[in-house]
Amino acid sequence: MTSLNGKAVTTGRQLATTGQQLAGSGADMLAVDGVSVRLAGREVLRDIRFAIRPGEFVGLIGSNGAGKTTLLRVILGLQQPSAGTVRIDGADRARHAPAIGYVPQKVLLDPDMPLRARDLVGLGLDGHRLGIPLPSRGRRQLIDEMLRAVGAGLFGDERVGNLSGGEQQRVLIAHALISRPRLLLLDEPLANLDIRSEQEIVGLLARIAREQKISVLLSAHEMNPLLPVMNRIVYLAAGRAASGTTDEVVRTEVLSKLYGQHVDVIHVHGRILVVAGRGDGPAEPVGEDGAHCAVQSVPDWQ
Amino acid sequence: MTHLLRMIVEPGFFGNGPVRVALVAGGVVALVSGVVGIFTVLRGQSFAGHALADVGATGGSGAFLAGINPLWGFVGIGVVAAGVMEIIGIRRPRGRDVATGVVLGAGLGLAALFLYWDTTFTNTTGATISVLFGSMFVISGSTVPVIVAFSLLALAVVMLLYRPLLLSSVSTDIATVRGVPVRITGVLYLLAMAVAVSLAALTIGAILSTALLVGPAATAMRLTSKTGLAVLWSGLIGVAATWLGILLAYDSFYWPPAQHGWPVSFFVVTLVFVFYLLAQLPAIGRAGGARARQARTGG
Amino acid sequence: MFSGFMVNTWTVATIVAVVAGMVGFFIVLRGSSFVADAVPQGAFAGAAGASLIGVSTLIGLGVFALIGALGIGWLGRRSRHDVATALALVVMLGLGALFLSMSTEYAPEIYSLLFGEVLGVSTSEVAPVAALGAVCVAAIIVMYRPLMLASVMPELGEARGIRSHRMEMCFLVVVALATSMSLPVVGALLIFSLMVGPPAAARSFTSKPLLAMVLSVVIALVTVWTAIAASYTSNWPVGFFVGALGAVSYGAGRGWAAWHRTRAVHRGARPLAA
Repeated sequence: MTSLNGKAVTTGRQLATTGQQLAGSGADMLAVDGVSVRLAGREVLRDIRFAIRPGEFVGLIGSNGAGKTTLLRVILGLQQPSAGTVRIDGADRARHAPAIGYVPQKVLLDPDMPLRARDLVGLGLDGHRLGIPLPSRGRRQLIDEMLRAVGAGLFGDERVGNLSGGEQQRVLIAHALISRPRLLLLDEPLANLDIRSEQEIVGLLARIAREQKISVLLSAHEMNPLLPVMNRIVYLAAGRAASGTTDEVVRTEVLSKLYGQHVDVIHVHGRILVVAGRGDGPAEPVGEDGAHCAVQSVPDWQ
Repeated sequence: MTHLLRMIVEPGFFGNGPVRVALVAGGVVALVSGVVGIFTVLRGQSFAGHALADVGATGGSGAFLAGINPLWGFVGIGVVAAGVMEIIGIRRPRGRDVATGVVLGAGLGLAALFLYWDTTFTNTTGATISVLFGSMFVISGSTVPVIVAFSLLALAVVMLLYRPLLLSSVSTDIATVRGVPVRITGVLYLLAMAVAVSLAALTIGAILSTALLVGPAATAMRLTSKTGLAVLWSGLIGVAATWLGILLAYDSFYWPPAQHGWPVSFFVVTLVFVFYLLAQLPAIGRAGGARARQARTGG
Repeated sequence: MFSGFMVNTWTVATIVAVVAGMVGFFIVLRGSSFVADAVPQGAFAGAAGASLIGVSTLIGLGVFALIGALGIGWLGRRSRHDVATALALVVMLGLGALFLSMSTEYAPEIYSLLFGEVLGVSTSEVAPVAALGAVCVAAIIVMYRPLMLASVMPELGEARGIRSHRMEMCFLVVVALATSMSLPVVGALLIFSLMVGPPAAARSFTSKPLLAMVLSVVIALVTVWTAIAASYTSNWPVGFFVGALGAVSYGAGRGWAAWHRTRAVHRGARPLAA
């Protein structure tokens, strides 16, 4: 797996509309190489490879059941792949625990649980250390700042079990961010949110990621809310992935090869729709290597 | 004023040897149970806590047979049972539930056997009752230091594990990613709980062991949303219920019908339950009815 | 072993096993093992109270089992289920301790109520047990589909008009009935072992629900029959054998499932469809 060379900015790739400057040459923040996952005898993911650079905002897009959560769990070390490697900041995953922030899709919280939003955020700071948390002014200030930054300042003292979906999401994000990770992974944070909350969370994440130079990998089944802030996209379908900018990947030819059947990509008012084809049959016979090669024809980092 | 006091506290209460032992041992055990209980309730392990107390009865009856001090029987079997539960337990809560049930079933089956041998071979018909419904006035003064020491040990372990335990109780995935050894933390906690629960079962009986593990914690969780405060309240409520229960049991010596006093277990359990019910009143408990309902309907 | 009075024991035991297997199937499905333990123990307290006031122990059992079950349901709306169960349990046991302290000639009965007594079944008890057993079996058959739905997919059930809380209460009542009729033979502390071990084992052997329930009944029958035979021969308590056999069948189920899984892995996975 070659790391990125000096040809960081090439033609055929656009900078994100937020104007985010990509970091110069250097090791990838996250490098997924040839990852395959087999669950219950079925191959769920096959030969996934992509990389994320420091400070990039990448959307992991796929429909329900496409394997987004599985892929995230492999990256986080919660699931063993049957093949392939994952490297974070150039090194093996295990040694980098504090540098990764993780926001799971849903955390089951009892309304009775004696844990306030600020307590949960506090656990993000030192939840992995032994002993009792000793209150200190500095710690409290840090937590307050973080709560404000994610827009959770008003309900910092509420029980986490009493928060609405959107409020809980913000608190979990604060929890993940307070330890200053370099890589932030979010599993479907926008599911079950109303449109307004969706936009707020996306804007919030993009802003913080830009300010603190955090790489973000965010999974979603709908790519449209992320279009304004995504640098690149990793599109997951039929167990395989295509990565690149939105323009490069979300095209009829590319996605049809990925799905193994004809799909249409339609642009409507700045939004993108991927629709199943008219049932003309598969686009081209796609063999084992053929699929990978076809996808690889899209400009990518290799 | 002294008249009122004398009415509440029958004469000779504090001068009574066994009562003093009960106050100390019961108080320590109640405190530890209350603290440990917060995590037990958080992690949904009330069944395991109860099972370990009942299994402790097995250890107690086995110890009776072997002529060993029941203390080692209670604690030993509690630790073994916790270990077995952990080994055969599965990740999913329902699998854990069943594993606990199976271990309890096997353990109680053994208890049946031990007690049967006990009754047949040594003719102690009161053994069953005292082992399962153990009374506080039965511990000897010499075991108190051991009980206190082990209880404080269990307490220390839980305090040490406080943060990683809390984090893994919120989400095992988040905790794993942060580098918390979730499995080991869980096992250590289970062992600490086993020790605390077995000691409680020995000192104040299996019923009270469960009551003081779950009741004060559930009550405290209603009273406050701060974790640290909940832990404190839980311990305090447990101790209060225990001491008050002992007092009432002592006073009841002269009550009808049998002139030999009502059991401590009854008083303490009733007090624990009353405290729990009081915390459910909206005026006192702050679980936040409207918000809780909103949260539950998936806001 | 099969003479005169033992016939009653075999009959009652068979009925108990069938009921335990069927009810236990749902107990394991719903993760209610604690309830299966708590209700019998609470019922035991009722038996103590009944003997105190001179009423038949079966009635005392039944009443307290019902109070316990309903109490668990009521408390379950205020706190999480395992807390509710624990609280209901200790309150009833506390009362039981009180009743015990007030009566003096109870020791031998306690033992058999707790751990089971092979010779404890009189002819007059067979009929009520059979009747209660029939009611339980009928209830499970009638409730099968809505209960399955409420247990496995509660939201879908709610959409179909099956209020999951009502189902919960109904199921708790059935559990109360099942435990109070089973107590005299197997004992309070071990009836739950019969409602947990065999059904759990059955689930390891098959994932088809109806088959699992049938298998659960079969394993329960084998367990109880073996336990009675062993108890009769060795004079050791029935409860011991039930507990031990419950653990063995559970272990066998886990072992089978594990062996099955390794065989599936070795057989290799099907390739991803193009």
